[in-house]
Amino acid sequence: MNWLLSFFGWLGEFFGDADNWTGSGGIPARLLEHLQFSALALVLAMLIAVPLGLLIGHTGRGEVIVVVSANLARALPTLGLLVMFVLLLGASSIWPVIIPLVLLSVPPILVNTFEGIRGVDPELRDAAYGMGLRGGQVLGRVLVPVALPLILLGCRLSAIQVVATTTVAAYTGLGGLGRYVIDGYATKDYASVVGGSVLIVLFALVVQVLFALLQRVTVSPGVSRRLKVR
Amino acid sequence: MGDGPPSIWEWIGRNWDTGRVDSIKSLLTDHLTMSFVPILLALLVALPLGLACVRWRWLYQPTSGLMNVVYALPSLPVFMLLISVTGLSQATVIIPLTFYGMAVLIPAVVDGLNSVPDHVRQSAVAMGFTPLRRLLLVELPIAAPVVLAGLRVVAVSSISLVSVGALIGQGGLGGLFTRAYQNPFLPPVIVGIVLIVALALIADGLLVLAQRLLTPWVRARKGAAA
Repeated sequence: MNWLLSFFGWLGEFFGDADNWTGSGGIPARLLEHLQFSALALVLAMLIAVPLGLLIGHTGRGEVIVVVSANLARALPTLGLLVMFVLLLGASSIWPVIIPLVLLSVPPILVNTFEGIRGVDPELRDAAYGMGLRGGQVLGRVLVPVALPLILLGCRLSAIQVVATTTVAAYTGLGGLGRYVIDGYATKDYASVVGGSVLIVLFALVVQVLFALLQRVTVSPGVSRRLKVR
Repeated sequence: MGDGPPSIWEWIGRNWDTGRVDSIKSLLTDHLTMSFVPILLALLVALPLGLACVRWRWLYQPTSGLMNVVYALPSLPVFMLLISVTGLSQATVIIPLTFYGMAVLIPAVVDGLNSVPDHVRQSAVAMGFTPLRRLLLVELPIAAPVVLAGLRVVAVSSISLVSVGALIGQGGLGGLFTRAYQNPFLPPVIVGIVLIVALALIADGLLVLAQRLLTPWVRARKGAAA
């Protein structure tokens, strides 16, 4: 149990150090950075993926895009993509890092939005048309609410991905909690590595809980009752 | 290197098999080990656990809850935290990847087994199948497409995720990315990405093939319907 002792020793050293709580390299600042980068990437990905998924799911055209992007996003190594963009575009701003973050988080949202819309009971769709709703109205009032659990699942999966990738992106110079891990590892400062890792894990779990709450609040109860999860 | 940086093909030729641990060939071997061991382990663990979750229903809720949490853990901090236990070995990457794989495969096994129609199960019982034979000859084959679909996801994402291990010096082909970043040079990155995506596509293709061989009735049925 030696490692357990050193583990808690490092934790105490990291969180007990007053210097770790203030300034631009302090925990609050790094936490905020991590949140900002992750949120920026996730929001941009949602802005691209949700409308595209709705369009493809509703019109039934362009299904290939969904399938290919899903497979490609899983197969593409995040670290490789990050390094490639930074080498190609330089590291003068955060964009060379944000672009791959967005690219990797589009597919989960796209796939689930598409599947959500396409999976809506055709009778429900027909009934909506029968009641005199038009294409756009059917989409907005019937298809989206029914597909919402899956759309949110896609966003949650993307959020997981983004939080993890933002951590890896510290290797290519991005700020955020990954800095503690990357810099600590490079300088053999294991208190920083362990403390940073625990912070990131907690951050990821909080994000999960928030998405679970969001789902409970936004999904219509009539829909969630007969929702078959995954 | 008098005349500028080498082209990508020259670079590959020069680094393919240098006999050192950072040659492309040896990175490729490491990569294969570190991705296939977790895929296999995840399947071996997920099958009995999934069976248990179907057999004892109350097990499924806590198991899937735990697996959701596991799936949400970012890989790099998990590698880092494991270092203090496993040291800088391949196990540091293999263990977390196994758990990520289980997080996908356990629900797949459960869904697959739940997709066995009740009348099929009852027919098997009526025909005198013992529980074990029923499982092996009736239920698992029917569950196979769902399990294999999960396995495809696991295979492809494991192969790409191994590369993150490069940040602790155990990333297989991911080592090409860190090397390229340290002395800024593009060819290793391109080679790394292409090889990893190619490996993922090959693994995916093999699993699709396995699916066809293991479940011939799926295609036969489709053919009959057409």
